[in-house]
Amino acid sequence: MENAGYLLAAFTIIWAVVFGYMLLLFNRQRSLRREINSLRDALKEKEPNSR
Amino acid sequence: MKETGIFRNTLLGLSFILFVGALYLIFVYVPTEEGMGIVQRIFYFHVPVAWIAFLAFFIVFLGSIMYLWKRESKWDVIASSSAEVGVIFTTLVLITGSIWAKPIWGAWWTWDARLTTALILWLIYIAYLLVRSYATHEQQAARFAAIVGIVGFVDVPIVALAITLWRTQHPSPVIFQGGLAPPMLLTLLVCLAAFTTLYSLLLIQRASIKNAEGEVGKLKELCS
Repeated sequence: MENAGYLLAAFTIIWAVVFGYMLLLFNRQRSLRREINSLRDALKEKEPNSR
Repeated sequence: MKETGIFRNTLLGLSFILFVGALYLIFVYVPTEEGMGIVQRIFYFHVPVAWIAFLAFFIVFLGSIMYLWKRESKWDVIASSSAEVGVIFTTLVLITGSIWAKPIWGAWWTWDARLTTALILWLIYIAYLLVRSYATHEQQAARFAAIVGIVGFVDVPIVALAITLWRTQHPSPVIFQGGLAPPMLLTLLVCLAAFTTLYSLLLIQRASIKNAEGEVGKLKELCS
């Protein structure tokens, strides 16, 4: 089991980076979806007033 | 939109299954390599991650050509999303390579042709991302980045061929010379499939975020 620490370090870093990036993307998408919905609602409210 | 969601979930599920299989093959199935011992198992993630980085930059290259030719923003979205994912994978190649090098070569880093050209590749695509963020207009950013994406791709075949063009410490391409035992080759192929599905998932996810950012911009203009 010599050098098992290096193997563990390499795999831990790969998973940490991949999961971190995926989490970042999913969170960003969720906040954008929320922003799009609130902007659409604001636009709907604005439309009857402009007519 | 619904179809994209189903496709994305399918990719996520497939990626999960393939990674579970890959981990079983790496830690249970495949025999330990005699020369390097247990640390050689880094190979099964290091090589697919490098291949995916090359694939990502090839997509940047194609997307950039298509953008300069057609001037359609969808090609810029694909190219820039792939560049970001490619930079992440190249970072992982450099880190895992360095961790593997320490017990085998006795050093974290050496200015060997393969390592140096890989570092240059990473810097080129960091520059690609910086060009995008520093340009004043969106179209200017896309145009400048497309040029970097096309010119920068020249380094990819140099990195790939570095071990045959120069005398390097990096191992020779055993995969193409038939030097891998069948269990090792099977493990490598499963890992490659797992990382390819992961790359596709990340690319789709990143591209949809860029599209959503564009939609937010348009809606904000309408609201103001």
